Order: sequence, then C-alpha cells, then structure tokens
Amino acid sequence: MIDGLNPALIFIVGGALVPFVPQGFARNVYLLLLPVLSFVQLWTLPHGDFAVVHAFGLTLTTLRVDNLSFVFAVVFHIAAFLSVIYALHLRDALQQAVGLIYPGAALGVVLAGDLVTLFVYWELAAVSSVFLIWARRTERAYRAGMRYLLVQVCSGVLLLAGVILHVRDTSNPIFGPLSLDHLGGVLIFLAFGIKCAFPLLHNWLQDAYPEATVTGTVVLSAFTTKMAIYALARGYAGTELLITIGTVMAMFPIFYAVIENDLRRVLAYSMNNQLGFMVVGVGIGTELALNGAAAHAFADILFKGLLFMSMGAVLLRTGTVNGSDLGGLYKSMPVTTGLCMVGAASISAFPLFSAFATKSLIMEAAAQEGHWLCWLFLLFASAGVFHHAGIKIPYFAFFAHDSGIRCQEAPTHMLIAMSLAACLCLGIGLFPGALYAILPYPLDYQPYTVTHVITQLQLLTFSALAFAVLIRTGVYPPELRSVNLDLDWLYRRVLPTAAKDLWDTIEGLHQRVIDSAQQPIQAIVNTLYRHHGPEGRLARTWPTGSMVLWVAVLLASCLIFYYV
Amino acid sequence: MDHLPALQVVLPLFCAPLCAVLGRANLAWMLALAASWLTFLISALLLHEVLQQGVISYAMGNWPAPLGIEYRIDSVNAYMLLIVSAIGAIVLTAARPIVDTRIRLPENKKPWFYAAYMLCLTGLLGMTITGDAFNVFVFLEISSLSSYVLISTGRDRRALTAAYQYLIMGTIGATFILIGIGLLYVMTGTLNMADLALRIPQVSNTRTLHVAFAFLTVGVGLKLALFPLHLWLPNAYAYGPSVVTAFLSATATKVAIYILLRMFFTLFGAEFSFKTMRLDLILLPLALIGIFSASLVAIFQTNVKRMLAYSSVAQIGYIILGISLASLTGLTAGIAHLFNHALIKATLFLALGCVSFRVGAAKLERMAGLGRTMPWTMAAFVIGGLSLIGVPLTSGFISKWYLVVGALERGWWPVAMLVLLTSLLAVIYIWRVVEVAYFKPPPENEVIREAPLALLIPTWALALANLYFGLETSLNAGVARQAAATLLGVTP
Repeated sequence: MIDGLNPALIFIVGGALVPFVPQGFARNVYLLLLPVLSFVQLWTLPHGDFAVVHAFGLTLTTLRVDNLSFVFAVVFHIAAFLSVIYALHLRDALQQAVGLIYPGAALGVVLAGDLVTLFVYWELAAVSSVFLIWARRTERAYRAGMRYLLVQVCSGVLLLAGVILHVRDTSNPIFGPLSLDHLGGVLIFLAFGIKCAFPLLHNWLQDAYPEATVTGTVVLSAFTTKMAIYALARGYAGTELLITIGTVMAMFPIFYAVIENDLRRVLAYSMNNQLGFMVVGVGIGTELALNGAAAHAFADILFKGLLFMSMGAVLLRTGTVNGSDLGGLYKSMPVTTGLCMVGAASISAFPLFSAFATKSLIMEAAAQEGHWLCWLFLLFASAGVFHHAGIKIPYFAFFAHDSGIRCQEAPTHMLIAMSLAACLCLGIGLFPGALYAILPYPLDYQPYTVTHVITQLQLLTFSALAFAVLIRTGVYPPELRSVNLDLDWLYRRVLPTAAKDLWDTIEGLHQRVIDSAQQPIQAIVNTLYRHHGPEGRLARTWPTGSMVLWVAVLLASCLIFYYV
Repeated sequence: MDHLPALQVVLPLFCAPLCAVLGRANLAWMLALAASWLTFLISALLLHEVLQQGVISYAMGNWPAPLGIEYRIDSVNAYMLLIVSAIGAIVLTAARPIVDTRIRLPENKKPWFYAAYMLCLTGLLGMTITGDAFNVFVFLEISSLSSYVLISTGRDRRALTAAYQYLIMGTIGATFILIGIGLLYVMTGTLNMADLALRIPQVSNTRTLHVAFAFLTVGVGLKLALFPLHLWLPNAYAYGPSVVTAFLSATATKVAIYILLRMFFTLFGAEFSFKTMRLDLILLPLALIGIFSASLVAIFQTNVKRMLAYSSVAQIGYIILGISLASLTGLTAGIAHLFNHALIKATLFLALGCVSFRVGAAKLERMAGLGRTMPWTMAAFVIGGLSLIGVPLTSGFISKWYLVVGALERGWWPVAMLVLLTSLLAVIYIWRVVEVAYFKPPPENEVIREAPLALLIPTWALALANLYFGLETSLNAGVARQAAATLLGVTP
C-alpha cells in the first residue's frame, strides 16, 4: 500500500472522520473497512524504520515494524475489528469514533520507534479511552472516568518526565532496552507500571472498566494494559524485579475475584491475574519467556475480549451483571452461554484451548530458569483462574439457581463477534504453530506432551472438585451485593476523610484570621469608598472653579520646580 | 500622490460643510463615511511611504518653510494618523443607528452632527500632520470646539454641563498651549517645528523658555487628561453619545499625547526635557497616582460608561508612565499603548453603545443577564476587557509587556510591580460587568434583542483587531519602536 504510512494514522484519522459518515449502513461499512485497510497496510510494510522526522533536535522514528511490534500490531487489529462488529448496533458517533481512535493510539504506541512518539500516542490513548467510560452518561460513570483519567494522565506525566531525563542523559530517543539505574528509567518504569496495573497501582482498572459502556469495556480490555506489556517487553525485558511483581499480580486478585459480585469486575480482577503471567514472562526475559509473554498477550486479548463480550451481552439484555441477580440464563441465551464457556475454557488453559498453548510457554521458561517458587505460585494462580473465571463466571451468570430472568438471545452481530473470537481461541489451542510462527523469536515448542496435558487436567479437575465441594457444603462465599475494599479504599475514603479533617482545621484557622482581619480591611475599603466611591471626592463631578484651581496649582508647582 | 498630506486634512474639512448643507441625515452619513474611509486609505498610504522612504515634507500652498506652513510626516505622526483615521472610520461606520435614535437633535439638525464629526476629525488629523507650532493650536481649537458640540448632543441632559465644563477646561488648556507657543516664538522668532528644534538650544537657559515649558506641560496635560487635570473627562465621556465617546476616547487624548511627545522630544529634545528639566519627576508620580486613583474610582462606579472613562484616565497614566521612562523600550511601550488603548476603548465603548441602544442606559444593574440576551455584544465586551487587563494573546498584553520590561531596564522594579498590581484592579472592574451580565438572570418582563448588525459588525471588527494585534505585532509594536527611535534620535 502506501509507503511508510503508519497504520495507526489510518485508525486515528479515519476515526476522527466517523461523525461525517452518514449513520446506518454506510457508516457500518466504513467502520468495518478501516481495520481491514490498516491491516493490509501493516501486512505489506516490510520490517524496518519508517517516517523518520527531525524535531526538537532529535531524530524521531515514528514507525518501526519488527518481530515484537508486529505480533502486537496484528492482535490489536483483530481486537479492533472484533470490537467494531460487536458494536455495530450503536448509533453513537462518539463511541464509534473513539472506538477507532483509541485502538489507533494503542497501535501507535506499539509501532513507535522512539520515546517521544511513544509519549504522544500514550497520552492520546489515555485521553481518548476515557470517553468510552463517559459514554455511559451516568454520574457514576462520569466520576469513575475522572478518576481513570487522573491516573492515566499521571502515567503520561511520569512518562514525559522520564523521557526527558533519559534523553538528556543519553541524547538518544530510540525506544530500546532501558534500565532502572537512572531516575529517568525508573520514572518510565512507573509510567508503564501504572498502565500495566502493577499491584498497588492497579485500582484504576477494577474501578473504571466495569463502569464503561457495554461495548466500551470490550474495547478497553484489549489495549491499554497490553500496550503496557509490549512497552515493558521492549524496555525492561529481563528485569528481575518484574518476576516478583508479576507473581504478586497473578496471586492477589484471585481472592478479590472470588468474593466480587459484579461479574465484569470479576473479569477485571482476572485480567490483573493474567497480566501477572505476562509480566513474569517479561521479567524472566529469555527468548522463550518473551515469546510466552507475547503469545499470552495475544491469546488473552481474544479470550478476555470474548468473556467481556458475553458479559456485555448479558448486561445489554438483562440490565445487570451482578452474580446475585443472575442465574439460569442458559435457557434464554444458549449460544452466548456456549461461547462464554469457550472463553472460560480458554482462560483456564484447558487443553485444546488457547491459553494452554501460551501460558505454558511462560511456565516452562520459569521452570527452565529455576524460578521454582515463582513457578509454584503461578501454578496456584492457574488453579485460581479456573476457579473464578472458568467456573464462577459461567456458573453464576448462566446456571446456578434460576433467577427467573427470561430475555432474548444476544443480537446477531454480537454473536458473530463472539463466535469469531471463540474460533480464534480454539484455533490457537488446536494449531498453536500459526501463532508461534509470528512470535518475536524462533520457537520450537510442543505443548501437547502427555505430561503437560495430564498435569493440566489434574489441576483443573481438582480445582473444579474444590469448587463443587465448597458450593455443596455451603462454604463458598455467597454472591452478595457488597462492595469489596481494595487498596483504592485508601485514596477514595481514608485520604479524603483525612484531607477533610485537615481542611476543616485550616478552614477554622483561616476563619479566625479573616475575622480578626475583617475590621481593618473593612476600614480600608470604607476609606477607599469614601474617597473613590461614586459620591467620593475623587469621583464626583467637580465645580469648574475647583478644576481650574487644580490647573493653577499644577502650573505653580511646575514653575517652581523648573525654576529651582 | 504628492498631495496626499494636504488631502489628508482637506478632504474631511471640505466634507464638513457639505454634510451640513445636504440636509438629509442618511446622505450626510454616507458622504462622511466615504470621506473618513478615504482619509484612512490616505493615512495608510502615507505610513507606507514614510516607512519606505523616510520623512515627507510638504509645503502648504508651495510656500517654503519656515515662512509657509510645512506638513512634516515622520514615522511618529504617520502612525498617529493611521490610528486616528482608522478609529474615525470604524466608529463612523457604526454611528448611524445611534445617531438616528439616541442623540438629542431634531431630525433636520442631524446632518450637523456629521459635520461636527468631520470637523473634529479634521482638527485631530491636522494637529498630527502639521509641522508648524501655531498650526497645532489652530487645529486644536477646531477639534476641541467640534468635540464640545458632539458631546453636548448626548441624550442625558447632564451632557450639556459636561460639555460646558469641558469647554472651559479645554479652552484654558488651549490658552496655555498658545501662551507656551507664543513665548517660544518670542525667544526664537520662528513657528516651524524643525526650525524651533534648531534654535531652542541656543536660548535654553532663559527663564522665558522655562516658563514656556511649564505652560506647555500643564496645557498639554489638561488636554490629555493627566491626573489631576482629568476632571473634565469622566462626565464628558459618560454623558456624550456612545459613538462620540468611542471616537474621542480613542483619538482626542491620544493626539494630545502625540503633541506632548512632539513638544518635549522633538522641539525641546529628550536631553533638555528629561535631563535638565527633569520632566520625568513630574510625569512619573502623577502617572502612578492617576493609575491607582482612577482604577479605584472605576471599581466603585455604577455607571459603566463612567467606569470606562475613569479607566481611560488610568490607561493614559500607563502611556505617560512609559513616556516618563524616556528610554527606547519605555517610549515604545507608551506609543504602542496609544494604538492598543485606542483599539480597546473603541471596542468597549462601541459595545456599550450596542448595550445602550437596546437597554437604554449603561447602568450596571441594567446589564443583568445580557450575556444571554446579547451574547455577541457581551462577547466583544469581554474581548475588549481582556485586552484592557492585558491578558496574553490580546493587544493590551503587548504594551503592558514593554512597559514592565522598560521599567525593569531602568531598575525601577517597584514601578514594574505597580503596573502588574494595577492590572488586577482592571480585572476587578471588568469582572463586575461580566458578573452582572453573565451570572445574573435577565429581567423577566422585558425582551432584549441582540444589537443590530450595523453596530455589531464594527464592534466585532475592533474586537478581532484586539486579538489580531495581540499576535501580529509588527504594526503596534514594530512601528512604535521605530517611532520611539525617531523621537529619541537613535537607530531602533
């Protein structure tokens, strides 16, 4: 196609033009065409650097295609295409436009060859994505969006500061391996960490994603965190710290996910858990591990998208995704149920499903490098995933006790999108070779060994058994309408309360200062008013004689002054 | 093309009696309008020629100077001519609806309004263009007498006393100027300015010359409304018709300031005025007190027109402050503010003209809710107000900037601080209008419509000019710098 044209620009410019395309069939065709065009452009671009510009005295590579960026770019295209199909029922130009601009920005991040370009797309992704939350147009969504935007912009600011320091130290804006030895590197690391939802920096994700629109959450789930994984893989591959961070990430959300009632929020927690696996892969940093991180990101976008889509369909049809209100939906939405089960099986790494072929790369790399403790934790986390995402989601939504809700099956275009995603999940599981072929490094790995399959099946069986026993004995935490206290309780409750107390104290002092100062200030104002007010000496209309007197006074003063 | 300097003055001069005899207000307006736009064109051509080729000297009636009257145009007065003729033309464009409905003249006398307007324009242009000191006095009288007439046509009956007071004070000022010029003539035997500039140094130590200097200081100070000689101004501006106020506030005081520049920099020389006579020691304190006092009065005013009149006194203070710095930057600031303040005040007073056209009076409480009922008018007012405050991206910022830089160059940082501080006072009095117009609900029982386009378009042209010259500063700051350099006799 066009030489050196950044596919991200096709998305962004095309997205900006959406409102000008007449609504209805024409716009739907247009929306579907853009990802396809962009994909053709990406596919025909040879590997290398393009669109090199000189600005701020730096050489900026705005488009770089290599093995690592290519695999992310491909899956971003697939995700964008699927989300467009999923959202075909929308008649909201804002969501449709942002639904292309935001993926475009994420694509720009992945294809950025230098840190300055990276920053620009990074911020664009942050700012554009918030509209997907606001598009729900409720007060609650507005506030969640503001909190989300605050965190995202904070990440952008950290990134900018880090980039400036880094470029000053090295005078090299190329986005390559970075280190934590310099302040610049640390700041960039933190910026990536926020987007990647590192533990303690993660709350924005669970806070904001479930508040977005039905389609918005599907779009959001695919890009922001995965582009952060890409950025970490590019900049901090092999950083030991990431192994610890990733392990914690994979572990802690499990407990929250088990007790959470809002099923989209459960998925948000499980997203955190899946990201943990990828972060571990990046931290290990061997070719196998990086392949694993990229492959798992690829698979995760698809199966997590599938799960969010199915929950979105439930939300669309029933108006709720609270586990306590749902149940028995398999009667009304059999196809959605089936597709959701495919997603659940994929995320749980059932043999023949996608995560089985991708997560194992990371586990294998951890084992090879001798990170046994980490390996054990990840194994436990795998069981946990099956528990909360693989069983809990379909169980409470579609089975469990019958809630009596009878609704329509999901709309056809949603079913198509979900089916495509489900096919891809199965495809990766059945023929992992195709995915392995586009991974950053050459890979010779066979997931379907007897040991692997049996270990995994054992793990899953016991996990399922545990769930069954807990449900039967009534020990399993029931689905309650409740709010889970996560770390954000600190900054959404404790800090504001403390700040309010502090403010009240200051306010009291301030009031006292004002009270004591009021009288003198009032006196000054009164004096000013007496002289300058409408009836004051300086403002009222003077008799002509007095005016002339002033002329005489000034003339006399001038004469005296000039004589002396 | 050679006779452009003469045409600049003669065109409006001949137009004035024609307007009077035409007998129909609309015809008179159209004639005056054509003449004023032509004078604007001429002044633009003159400025272009001066910037290209340097000083133009034109001997009136072919009588060579110093005997005959010489018109002498350099970058300073070419720049002034442009300001005066531009404001004159734009304000006149907006004048018709207001003259038709809001001045106190019988219908058959309305052409006389345009005649007076043309005469006033003639006087102001003549004062600016001439190179002859006595000729300055003659044109000063032409412009002053016609401006008294213009002010007295205001609807409010207080316009008559205001015009009367202005007449007394203006006449005293003109007399003082005449006395000053007379004394100079006695000492040097010439009235030609260039000639005077050569001969004054020979007699610079005489008492007579010092007295002439004092009379000129006070006389010009009166005409330009230097604090405390400003007392005629607030009522004259407040009670005159809005178009007249817009025109006079933007041009009359500015031309008086030009006379001050011409007298003290060209005739006496910057060296003599500021080193020997220490004119700055008189001007600087008066300017500062004027800025403070007038701004405070403006804050407490309830008549918005009067508020802006006091604000004009304060703004003149800024110009005088820049001049009293007597440095290239300071003078640039003063001259640039001549231009910018003319734009600002013409915008604001025309916007008030729109308001009083619909609402009746420019009282603060009558402006409640105008942000909703007259959005375009109030938006123009806000732009003018921002420029008055000196917000970046508006033309007012340019002059404030040079002023602060000029003060800092001289090491007078308290002055710089005061300039910034008094800008805050402008924020207060502009905010009072904005608050009433945008945050109070409009009165329920009356319907207020947006002003007619004939008023809105000139107002917006001026408002946009405020923004344009805040970005493109080659005219207001670039030419001002050249003019300052000409006055100081240095290369810019």
